[in-house]
Amino acid sequence: MTRSLREVPKYAFLTVVALVSVGPLYFMVVSATNTSQDVLASSMLPGTNLIANWQSLTEFQDVGAAMYHSTVNAVLTTVLALAVSSIAGYGFEVYHSRNKDRLMWVLMLAMMIPFAATMIPLFQLFADFGLVNSAWAVVLPVIATPLLILLFRQAARSFPHEIIEAARMDGLKEVAIFLRMFLPTMRPTYAAAAVITFMTAWNNFLWPKVILVNNDYQTMPMLISNFTGGYVIDYGALMLAVLIASLPTIFIFFVLQRSFVAGFTGVVK
Amino acid sequence: MTPVVVPDRAPKKKSKGPRIKPSPMARRRSLTGWMFLIPAAVLIGVMMFWPMLQALLLSFQTGRGTALEYADPLWFNYDRMLDDEIFKLTVGNTLLYLAIQVPIMLVSALVLANILNNPRLKFKSFWRTAIFLPAAISLVSYSLVFRTIFATDGLVNDWMLALGFIDSPINWLGNTNTARFVIILGLLWRWTGYNMIFYLAGLQNIDPTTLEAAKMDGAGPIRTFFSVTIPQLKPMILLTVIMSTNGTIQLFDESFNLTRGGPANTSMTMSHYLYEVSFQNNPNFGYGAALSYVILMMVAVLAAIQMKVGDKRD
Repeated sequence: MTRSLREVPKYAFLTVVALVSVGPLYFMVVSATNTSQDVLASSMLPGTNLIANWQSLTEFQDVGAAMYHSTVNAVLTTVLALAVSSIAGYGFEVYHSRNKDRLMWVLMLAMMIPFAATMIPLFQLFADFGLVNSAWAVVLPVIATPLLILLFRQAARSFPHEIIEAARMDGLKEVAIFLRMFLPTMRPTYAAAAVITFMTAWNNFLWPKVILVNNDYQTMPMLISNFTGGYVIDYGALMLAVLIASLPTIFIFFVLQRSFVAGFTGVVK
Repeated sequence: MTPVVVPDRAPKKKSKGPRIKPSPMARRRSLTGWMFLIPAAVLIGVMMFWPMLQALLLSFQTGRGTALEYADPLWFNYDRMLDDEIFKLTVGNTLLYLAIQVPIMLVSALVLANILNNPRLKFKSFWRTAIFLPAAISLVSYSLVFRTIFATDGLVNDWMLALGFIDSPINWLGNTNTARFVIILGLLWRWTGYNMIFYLAGLQNIDPTTLEAAKMDGAGPIRTFFSVTIPQLKPMILLTVIMSTNGTIQLFDESFNLTRGGPANTSMTMSHYLYEVSFQNNPNFGYGAALSYVILMMVAVLAAIQMKVGDKRD
């Protein structure tokens, strides 16, 4: 009894934190079904205006195209980032040598380079190659990230070297060892890396805004940001757009959240 | 049968120096290793290091669009900053957000992670999911949700009026200090759960026997937390401090979408101003690059300080 009494403040505290965390999201979901007036009247109950909001949203905005561009960019980024970073992390660990360690150290320094400081030359670079408004321009700068390489290097460190040796004895090629031994074992790490990469790519705003000059190529975050440009804001439609833009990342998070925590355990020691 | 002695195909070479020549297989393996690294190394080189150096050269140039030439004097752009009131304002804002938001957020994340790490806690995954959920939605999305909630006729004012905290609605986004406050609030809401996940992962790496030992030695939970848990979490704390510092110094989405930098640029961040200078109205790449180098220097200096402090052994 005394123990459970002592724990009351803890649970009360957690409840308040959880309510504050989920509250704005709940409001977003509910508002997507309400009229603009109801949103401003702070209605906390679902309304019946969902279809009307959808109509007013799609009247001026091509939601389908924006969803398509966001999906292409995020999927392409995730697949390439996982491929490039996992072979690099594996390579740095399994074939390590003094020169490779030096290179790793240099690449880790890139973690300190703020995106702001590379943005203008990157824009010029892609403009020179005629890649403005292309998915490649959105994706290429964010494929190789030092953090992911570090994540996969740490994963490779925990991968028993005896397995690699045994596979070599069996005559397996180096690439086959990576594909058939390392990759299946490290699924949680890949899941964790996929969650962060997909979310970051899907939510990326500044760089796509810079490089996708033509609004025909705009992504979901750009669409919502542009949405409020007018004089009268339809808050119901706006909240619906925000909700739609958030669905993929929320979905990914729920599907992979267990592996997300598991994959991060052991990264930083 | 007489055993056949197979002679060595070639007489063994004496090694000439202290360096032992690697076997062909080892060399091939090392080469394979390099092949594994090259894509990432090339991408980071071309997409991060090269533009960084290019931006340094750009920061000494003036002119519009593609007609850029080296300035006279070379430090012209940097000189210009000293008289740029908006720039100074954005530096102040960015540092304000950093100084207030990052410590509050990381301490809260640490406290929450510690509560959630208790094995006896009920509904653990529910709390974790609820607290992490804000991190699943985009910065632009939550900025606009907050913009709606903090509108003059929005939810926060409605509730505060109803509860009698205020007599008339507050123009949150129309006043400098309240606009800054809303940005800080938004950042705390969005990122606390995210950092909590890192601490949770770190806590799971802590050897439970060290906690047991502390208990045996008669240390209370608070003493144990500060003397046993925190030191072992140090690498994770350092990582989150550096990540949040970098993120806050480069803050853009919130400034651009939540407050629009307003009122009158007084809540604008450095990255937002950099964007305005480089890509809006009359783009000025030279001045933009110079601004971006101030951001780069700030990140570098703060990271160096943090690593120095974080590396100290107690």
